[in-house]
Amino acid sequence: MSTIEILFWFLSALALLGATMVLISKNPVHSILWLIIVFFAISGHYVLLNAQFLAIVNLIVYAGAIMVLFLFVVMLMNLNSDSEPKKNNRLKMAGVISGGCLMLIMIDVVRSASEMQKATAMLKEGNIGLIRTLGMALFKDYVVPFEISSVLFLSAMVGAVVIGKKD
Amino acid sequence: MPITYYITLSVVLFCIGVVGVLTRRNAIIIFMCVELMLNAVNLMLVAFSKMHNGNAIASAPNSTVGIDGQLFVFFIMVVAAAEVCVGLSIIVMMYRNTHSVDVNFLNRLKN
Repeated sequence: MSTIEILFWFLSALALLGATMVLISKNPVHSILWLIIVFFAISGHYVLLNAQFLAIVNLIVYAGAIMVLFLFVVMLMNLNSDSEPKKNNRLKMAGVISGGCLMLIMIDVVRSASEMQKATAMLKEGNIGLIRTLGMALFKDYVVPFEISSVLFLSAMVGAVVIGKKD
Repeated sequence: MPITYYITLSVVLFCIGVVGVLTRRNAIIIFMCVELMLNAVNLMLVAFSKMHNGNAIASAPNSTVGIDGQLFVFFIMVVAAAEVCVGLSIIVMMYRNTHSVDVNFLNRLKN
């Protein structure tokens, strides 16, 4: 096994372990910390795929900003495993079974598509993940959506202030 | 790496997110599982973008085919940041009114 394969399997196992622990942790703070580990593993996958810009943005935006926001809200509400709402076991089983069926069907359908059989994701070749090429495309072909997203941010900010205000 | 490995990994991550939304009752955990699903989709988009680019650079070495996938991931992150900001403020408001983050409390909206 080459180094890249070892890294791939390690990062995949880390992501799946983290995602499972997000589900089964009773304490919300532990769930958030495991989710941060999942985001780090996914960033590692981006680095392996030579998508360096997305790897860094994923770390800064998701693992940095969004998860700190979550952690802050959980600590503000003083949630812990005692205040965790209980759901009955039959509903849990139903959720797990339906999620598992969805997983089996999606894996089977997508993997059996004929153009997926021999295809590989090129790991080292190509330079589309670099900031230079992404920036050229972003400010030439995608400049209108880029500007519209600033309006989206402004409205989200106004919305958060209006909703969160004490009345 | 074969693309099927990436497909399998992101489908499994996505379905763990779905199971989380279905089985948990804490609103914050449900919200985190939605983020997990978004990230699974992002991973699949990047893998597909590298797959198409790999086919294209065999003939033209400087081709930027498939760059749209990575830009979509960028915009998904932008939208996710805005969504988290509004969603968490809704959860905070709900906690202030009901002193609980249990989503089953919200069935009183029915009446």
